[in-house]
Amino acid sequence: MPSALQLLWLVPALPLAGFLANGVLALRRPRAKHAVSIIGVGVLLAALALAIVIVLAFLREGTPGPLVFPYWEWMPVGELHVTVALQLDQLSAVMLLVVTGVSSLIHVFSVGYMGEDPGYARYFAYLNLFVFFMLVLVLGASFPVMFVGWEGVGLCSYLLIGFWFNERINADAGKKAFLVNRIGDVGFLVAMLMIFAHTGSLDFQPLFAQAPKLFTPGGPAVTAITLLLFLGCTGKSAQIPLYTWLPDAMQGPTPVSALIHAATMVTAGVYLVARCNVLYALAPVASAVVAGIGALTAFFAATIALKQWDIKRVLAYSTVSQLGYMFLGVGSGAYAAGIFHLVTHAFFKALLFLGAGSVIHALHHAYHATHSREDAQDMRNMGGLARHLPWTSTLMWVATLAIAGIPPFAGFFSKDQILSAAFSLGDVHPLWYVYWLLGLLTALLTAFYMTRLMLYTFHGPNRTGERESAHLREAPWVMTGPLVVLAALSLAGGALNVPALLRGREWLEHWLEPVTAVAARLRPGIEVPHGTEWALVIAAVAAAGLGIIAAVRLLRPEELVPARLAPAERGFARVLWKKWYVDEIYDFLFVRPLIWLSREVLWRTIDLGLIDGAGVNGAARLSRALGWIGSRLQTGQLGFYVVLFVGGVLAVLWTAVR
Amino acid sequence: MYARWVLTALLVWPAVAAVAILIAPPRWAKHLGFVASLIEFAIAVPLWWTFVPSGGMQFVCDAPWIQVPLFGTGAPWSIHYTVGVDGISLFMVLLTTLLVPLSVLGSYSYITTRERAYYALLLVLTSGMIGVFVALDLFLFYVMWEVMLIPMYFIIGVWGGDSRLYAAIKFFIYTMFGSLLMLVAILALVYLVGQRTGIFSFDYFHLMRNLGDLGPLAFWLFAAFFLAFAIKVPMFPFHTWLPDAHVEAPTAGSVILAGILLKMGTYGFLRFAVPFFPAVALAPPVETAIVALSLVGILYGGLVAMVQPDFKKLIAYSSVAHLGFVMLGIWALTLQSVQGALLVMINHGISTGALFFLVGMIYERRHSRLIAAYGGIARVVPLFAAILTFVSLSSIGLPGTNGFVGEFLVLVGAFRTHPVAAGIAATGVIVAAAYLLWALQRVIFNPLDKPENEKLPDLTPRELAVLLPLVACIVWIGVYPKPILDRMEPAARQFIESVRPPGPTATAIAP
Repeated sequence: MPSALQLLWLVPALPLAGFLANGVLALRRPRAKHAVSIIGVGVLLAALALAIVIVLAFLREGTPGPLVFPYWEWMPVGELHVTVALQLDQLSAVMLLVVTGVSSLIHVFSVGYMGEDPGYARYFAYLNLFVFFMLVLVLGASFPVMFVGWEGVGLCSYLLIGFWFNERINADAGKKAFLVNRIGDVGFLVAMLMIFAHTGSLDFQPLFAQAPKLFTPGGPAVTAITLLLFLGCTGKSAQIPLYTWLPDAMQGPTPVSALIHAATMVTAGVYLVARCNVLYALAPVASAVVAGIGALTAFFAATIALKQWDIKRVLAYSTVSQLGYMFLGVGSGAYAAGIFHLVTHAFFKALLFLGAGSVIHALHHAYHATHSREDAQDMRNMGGLARHLPWTSTLMWVATLAIAGIPPFAGFFSKDQILSAAFSLGDVHPLWYVYWLLGLLTALLTAFYMTRLMLYTFHGPNRTGERESAHLREAPWVMTGPLVVLAALSLAGGALNVPALLRGREWLEHWLEPVTAVAARLRPGIEVPHGTEWALVIAAVAAAGLGIIAAVRLLRPEELVPARLAPAERGFARVLWKKWYVDEIYDFLFVRPLIWLSREVLWRTIDLGLIDGAGVNGAARLSRALGWIGSRLQTGQLGFYVVLFVGGVLAVLWTAVR
Repeated sequence: MYARWVLTALLVWPAVAAVAILIAPPRWAKHLGFVASLIEFAIAVPLWWTFVPSGGMQFVCDAPWIQVPLFGTGAPWSIHYTVGVDGISLFMVLLTTLLVPLSVLGSYSYITTRERAYYALLLVLTSGMIGVFVALDLFLFYVMWEVMLIPMYFIIGVWGGDSRLYAAIKFFIYTMFGSLLMLVAILALVYLVGQRTGIFSFDYFHLMRNLGDLGPLAFWLFAAFFLAFAIKVPMFPFHTWLPDAHVEAPTAGSVILAGILLKMGTYGFLRFAVPFFPAVALAPPVETAIVALSLVGILYGGLVAMVQPDFKKLIAYSSVAHLGFVMLGIWALTLQSVQGALLVMINHGISTGALFFLVGMIYERRHSRLIAAYGGIARVVPLFAAILTFVSLSSIGLPGTNGFVGEFLVLVGAFRTHPVAAGIAATGVIVAAAYLLWALQRVIFNPLDKPENEKLPDLTPRELAVLLPLVACIVWIGVYPKPILDRMEPAARQFIESVRPPGPTATAIAP
């Protein structure tokens, strides 16, 4: 084996070292910004370079099977053998490049974006730590090792959402993210318990190789396991019913939203399903649930995105929606298509978020310069920014066309493959036609809300304010540079997997074949005739085009007023703006009752009242009362004693005589 | 030489040092206490290397102690001084000797009155705790059980908070209530076995070998042991002494209480109650009840912790939840779950100990334990905030920290014999995250809106010296627990084999 592959451990170790160094700097020398930038960005660039070398070595190697590198025994107890081991295969190689690549760009961007923040060192420490955990997640060779990364990225997400922790809303959002994710994590945890109880192993390789023998296809065991794992995915990847944390997560710095809450961490659930493709192929019901939840989430989140004013919130719901597409893909058994959309989405959504960051940066500076306290993220305070930020505007249009699915941008290819995979399963069960239709409608809505975002932000008259608009500037090159790279990838990323229909080679599909081979055997894909396939492509492009045209024709950017003058939303628009009131409903149904139960019933009534009050202190009072009665008898008055004595004697005599 | 005398040295040395502190000048008291407890730790550390994992009871020292004819039985009652450790007690001894020097160091600025008495009591307490874990004679065990009770009573009652007397007396009576019943049970046990064998001995192994079938009496004897240990653990609903004792105790008292004293309950189950009466302990109704109470402890403890306004009370209730995992692990009776339970015992000592230290440190600066008195202080005390966050994460079982390894092993093992219970227990990790992260937010995050918090000084080097060893343990056990697991495995295996009922019940373990 060539030596480069042996250095796989170093890829996660580099950002970990970066975290330790920056962590010490954050506590001891928070002003050493140059050192922080060099370490923080340096470890990432080194990790990216190493990852490229390793993947190239892996390509040369040409081995179809995964390479597993065991390091040390972690939890060896009886039959349980958990080893700290990393695994390189076709799937983790793709993720390795996406994670290190996008992370590097966002680290570079952050140097500019966070440059004036007093928490600069702490920020880079957290960001490095995140990359470490994300790499553990995608490289882990067993469920427990993956779980280390899984919860670790959640921790970093928590720390970075609440990065400006002295504002309650940020700290609230971080806590919410962690707790909602933990609900999902219990699913992951219990799934691990079940897997071990059923198979005696938690390592990916032996487990997936033997899964077809160990589980009855469609049986309750494998269905329960896959559904529990998917519960974990709904938390991490923000799907119904656990998606509510992601929009709130936008309280974090914008590069964090781009990296963690769009490009990498939130796609971990899609990666998990793709990783466990054998198990999902054995559990058709669970797969249908995955696809169904995905399609539903895609549509539902897109409706909310229609009426948001905060530029980052639009993108957040858009992310939830796009993640839904990915689950629709992997749930339909199109694992390569799901991963393909994961990759292209990482490009264009990171670009959109960083572009939004550049816009917010410009507005923030303008408001800062004029000492106004306007909201720098509200699109009603933007408008006409294309004149001030031409680069950002152009590059974001590229991403918009990509996410809308306009050919030849990257999103067109990946979205189309997911939709046709879902449609092809309509022969198996008509439910899949519904999923496909939801996906198609979502494509229309996506094109609409993204065009809305672009129109309101960059076109029409400027609403920032007269004095303020003089201060609007394009971001420095450290920030626009990464945007250019991402735009190139959003433009050309589709080339990774051009379908045969368009005379492509389906490179990614073939590359992932060793990983998905068993699943493909268990659950063969259904071929769609060429004519139908063309029709599907045309339908998808038509939906996207319709969305864009509708937005351009219907929306009137010139009629908007700045946020502080804007009237409240009314009617159905208000329902959408209030996100279908889901947060309020959860709060009413779960959060408040649980706190009431804990405080009033469990603590005040049972603990303090019953156990301690009636029980413990009651026993104390009882013994004191008995003592008091006893003490009353000791009056010290002879006459009283005589009365008692005579009474006692009489009582004894009476019992004796009787 | 070392093997024969080490446990006796560990037992006697703190008591000797306590006397020395009492006669030395008061201003030396804390330094003497620290040095003495460090020496104690130094004596204990070679145990780690000299202990042979597969060797059963080791470092045994045995000498006749009291031999008197009693109750007209003719035969003498033989009471021995017998000590020894196996893979279960080894870690309790090491944990004790680790936490005591840190507790002494952590008390340096907290304790300002009657220092000599305080440090002397702390060392006497150490002797008692070591004695409980190494005693292999039930008489010696009982004596040590009571020895450790008295210093703790004074530590809470003299150096405690505002309602220290209420808390101290509650702690004392609660524990005494259980331990007197246990004394009766021990005497009955010795008498019954003595009648059968003609040897009235308190020796642990003699009793184990000759217990035989005690008939219906076994249930009542188990019940007496159960009550003593369940109060100590504490299991719901015997836990209400704990919040009061923790809140009122000085920092070191809370650390020792949570870190060591609670473990005596679960240790008692592992060493005595379950091996003596396996047929009762594992009989379906008893087993179901105990597993159910463990689950109640996990969820109830966590939920009640969530709504506590007092940080120390919050940690106290969280202990009920953690110890619920231990009880579940013991009763699930698989190798993973029992080793997991042992690990949770160690982890809880480390993480909860560190949490109490941290709360104590902030209390010394601000004189309030109320969560609402703080807010946003991560900006003024970043180092404190970083360590508090890290320790909290270990307490909620984040993978990579010690907390995860223990809970994961308990759950993996428990799922094989009690899948439903394990599934319910797993939801406890949500509650744990809820109460600690919410508390964390209200203490170190949120707006820094109280002027008295704006000038808090960050951790001193001495305080760092207290916390860093615990932080190191959190990482070590989280990343590489194998050396510990290897040392405890034979003992855990032996525990399971000695109590698992023969016959069909054994097949309850999934293949």
